[in-house]
Amino acid sequence: MSSSTRSSQASTTLVHQPWFLFMVMAALLAFTGFAQSWLFALTIVQLCMISSIMALGVNVQWGYAGLFNAGTMGFAALGGLAAVLIAADPVPEAWSVGGAGIGLSALVIGGTIAAVILVRAKLGGLAGFLSTAVILIVGYLLFTAVFGPATSAIESVDASQTGYLGGMGLPILLSWLVGGLLAAGAAWLIGKVAIGLRSDYLAIATLGIAEIILAVIKNEDWLSRGVKNVTSLPRPVPYEIDLQTSPAFVEFAQNWNVDPVALASITVKLAFIALFAVVLIVLVYLSEKALYSPWGRMMRAIRDQPDAASAMGKDVKSRHLQVFILGSAICGIAGAMLVTLDGQFTPGSYLPLRFTFLIWVMVIVGGSGNNMGSVLGGFLIWFVWVQSESAGFALMDALSGLFADDSPMRGRLIEAAPHLRPVLMGLILILALRFAPKGLIPER
Amino acid sequence: MSLLQATGMRGGYGAADILQGCTINCDRGEIAVIVGPNGAGKSTAIKAIFGMIDLREGDVTFEGKSITSLAPQARVEAGMGMVPQNNNVFPGMTVEENLQMGAFLREDGGAGVIDKVYDLFPAVKDKRYQLAGELSGGQRQQVAVGRAMMTEPTLLILDEPTAGVSPIVMDELFDRIIEIAKTGIAVLMVEQNARQALEIADTGYVLVEGQNRFTDTGAALLADSEVRATFLGGDQS
Amino acid sequence: MHDFANAFILLSNYVLIPSITYGSQLAIGALGITLVFSILRFANFAHGDTMAFGTMVAIFCTWGVQALGLSLGPLPVALITLPVAIAVTIALVLGIDKIIYQFYRNKKVEPIILVMASVGVMFMMNGIVRILIGTGDVSFADGARFIIRAREFREMTGLDEGLALRTTQVITVVVAGVVMAALFWFLQKTRTGKSMRAFSDNEDLALLSGIKPERVVQITWIIAATLATIAGVLYGLDKGFRPFTYFQLLLPMFAAAILGGIGQPIGAVVGGFVIAFSEVALTYAYRRVFEYLGPDGFEVEGLAQLIETEYKFAISFIILVIVLLVRPTGIFKGRVL
Repeated sequence: MSSSTRSSQASTTLVHQPWFLFMVMAALLAFTGFAQSWLFALTIVQLCMISSIMALGVNVQWGYAGLFNAGTMGFAALGGLAAVLIAADPVPEAWSVGGAGIGLSALVIGGTIAAVILVRAKLGGLAGFLSTAVILIVGYLLFTAVFGPATSAIESVDASQTGYLGGMGLPILLSWLVGGLLAAGAAWLIGKVAIGLRSDYLAIATLGIAEIILAVIKNEDWLSRGVKNVTSLPRPVPYEIDLQTSPAFVEFAQNWNVDPVALASITVKLAFIALFAVVLIVLVYLSEKALYSPWGRMMRAIRDQPDAASAMGKDVKSRHLQVFILGSAICGIAGAMLVTLDGQFTPGSYLPLRFTFLIWVMVIVGGSGNNMGSVLGGFLIWFVWVQSESAGFALMDALSGLFADDSPMRGRLIEAAPHLRPVLMGLILILALRFAPKGLIPER
Repeated sequence: MSLLQATGMRGGYGAADILQGCTINCDRGEIAVIVGPNGAGKSTAIKAIFGMIDLREGDVTFEGKSITSLAPQARVEAGMGMVPQNNNVFPGMTVEENLQMGAFLREDGGAGVIDKVYDLFPAVKDKRYQLAGELSGGQRQQVAVGRAMMTEPTLLILDEPTAGVSPIVMDELFDRIIEIAKTGIAVLMVEQNARQALEIADTGYVLVEGQNRFTDTGAALLADSEVRATFLGGDQS
Repeated sequence: MHDFANAFILLSNYVLIPSITYGSQLAIGALGITLVFSILRFANFAHGDTMAFGTMVAIFCTWGVQALGLSLGPLPVALITLPVAIAVTIALVLGIDKIIYQFYRNKKVEPIILVMASVGVMFMMNGIVRILIGTGDVSFADGARFIIRAREFREMTGLDEGLALRTTQVITVVVAGVVMAALFWFLQKTRTGKSMRAFSDNEDLALLSGIKPERVVQITWIIAATLATIAGVLYGLDKGFRPFTYFQLLLPMFAAAILGGIGQPIGAVVGGFVIAFSEVALTYAYRRVFEYLGPDGFEVEGLAQLIETEYKFAISFIILVIVLLVRPTGIFKGRVL
């Protein structure tokens, strides 16, 4: 009764067949469509797909290489920031009052770093330390002298509407790529520092970088409007209102005898789903290609036997850095897609539970190391996450029936309902780790 | 009947048996030394005797009772002391604390025994408040042996105690081991430095491929031309 | 001279006293993290939420005592409810270990699996605390608010700047001092404490010496739960209780433990104070200090603040990064994770 024989038997049973599991998932979604509403079901599918992409990213890191990224939230937020920077309308006035100052600040930072590198290369010992300190202090003073006035000028430009530099006004689809690149850049920085030490350090460091990315996005109003949010980002698909007022569309709807308003909503959702499907399929294809390439085999060899791999001359650290950057980039892409779908960037909505932890549950439950498992996990766990909200309220509502109408417990129970979700998700993760560590679709 | 009788041991780490039915005995006041080429199963044999690996066949008796199914900890309680080859001290603790930890199982805390260990290793006594991790290799080995002595074992097992120490330190250590044996303790050790070890051995076991090839007194083995030619590197030294 | 005294009082009031207080809280928290790491060999992500849980229990007990109309005079009631809160938290943590962590320990899994399990525990505790006490701010420090009031100090000394010393600050420092002294005495002098250090130092040899691993692990959890509850209650008394802030304390506490050298209790204490002092000192606005120290009529433009308060978490993070780059073993040569 060794565990290996048991799992090989299990993989031949129906419940471990990927097609069967995806059928069950489809049935769950179809049931939601019938029982609740089709629009609701489509909304769930949209976010299921984005979740699957984020899960793919985490799977590349954890499943392929055993790297624990506890900062997925930060990389997704960077992707979201990319959507703003690429697609929002530029604010010319803000550029004219503060653009130069921001540019100059960037130059000061670059110059300071260059000077430090130069000095450290030329001077050692006390002289090197002292001149580095002097350069840093001078650089800091210069920076604050330029940066502060520039940002306050920018932030005072029509503060209620803009108060930031705006974006580039380019098509928002471009931001999906840029979001990936931004996340990759951040991953490179943090990976350089924390990869190569034991995996706990990476977890702690990524937890930190996510907090800091969010702090920057929330506080640097000139860049992202902070908690004032950036709304009405352009869409890559038509707006419902345009469809509803288009004579051709209305005529089409009437020919099929459906309500044009409902058809417009469904059309828009399907259009998003089509776009997401393209990205998801491309990423799954590439991830699978990579996993079964010599690169992927080596990655798994390093994960399973790091000592043997490094003894064979494999550069474990740089391989891990590669895989960490790739996975983070995928999370960045998903982050940009999410903001595209919402049409707005709301820094306050980035919470570790939703953007880091939930994704982990998806990967573990789906099957770490298996890309199809991550996709399934993304769909299933997002579905559970959404449904658990209403279920939580229903449960608390039923419980509150036990108390008198004017009992303060009623309000407390309803207030507590949203917090059932972290408990449920924590429970799912712990149960999955304990009883099904290989996940629904185990690694092949 | 010997204090320790390990008879017909078969077993190893995975599917393949490293020990192919080897037998080791050791008695009070006697130094038994296991030598042999690399991969002969020397360390495996004492790990099996100490219960760190499970035997597929064979029996280990200690003081006349079978201990084959006991865990290493229970064997410590039964009167065995073990000095592993590597990581055999607590580097972040002082020498004295290392010895105290050796006496962890003793009800009395081992205060009296510490003095005996210090008498045996005076150099260690001078360093009693230093961290064991900061000692030289030879002193660290002395602390390691001292720690194992704290339970006042009747059998002391040493896994290559002189690995990586200088010849002078090795001689010093062997002198201590002889002294320990003189107090009536059985000493069983595995040694790479076969010639020097056999010189102090009452009994020598030459293991090859997990089996006993030669068993005799240390002096007899040293005199045996075949043993010398095959296992002691000829007559050059 | 007068100006110099004013500047010194100003600094004491806004930098020195707050960072000693906050440093004590961080140090006790980081001690728990470092002890769990050195014995169980994983970074316990649930530590912040364990602090929140223990504090919550103390708050409930405080409310109960207050409902009976009792008080401790100048001291906060939370101090006498602390033992109850500690006992409940110990029971919870031991239960969690039995149900969750023990299984992985016996299976000898990779430490990262334990880290993930601790993340699961973190979110469950996180939800449970919010269900029971809500998400809002809870202030539960009763008794006398100040030992020295700013106005009294000004009248006493004739200086322009007042020094305010809050009761909770003094309690924090006193309790922290007692707790640390007791912990270090326990680890250095008692047989059980030494066996914990031995287990942390060399697990295999500890087993050979007859040290019982499950007992060491249990004692570690008991100490960690005690430290977490004390740190949480002290922090809550000082700054108010809000579940989310306890999650956010995780990063500075990890940074403190790593800076001091992970697995090194003394390192956790030093690390806690360094992180706290850096956070407070770097986010303080020095404008008035400079104005006192400068010539008469000297005025400073702006706040003279090095880093905005919103970025105080960035400070722990940057310290963490520097440690990882320069000396991953930390100040006191801990283990590299």
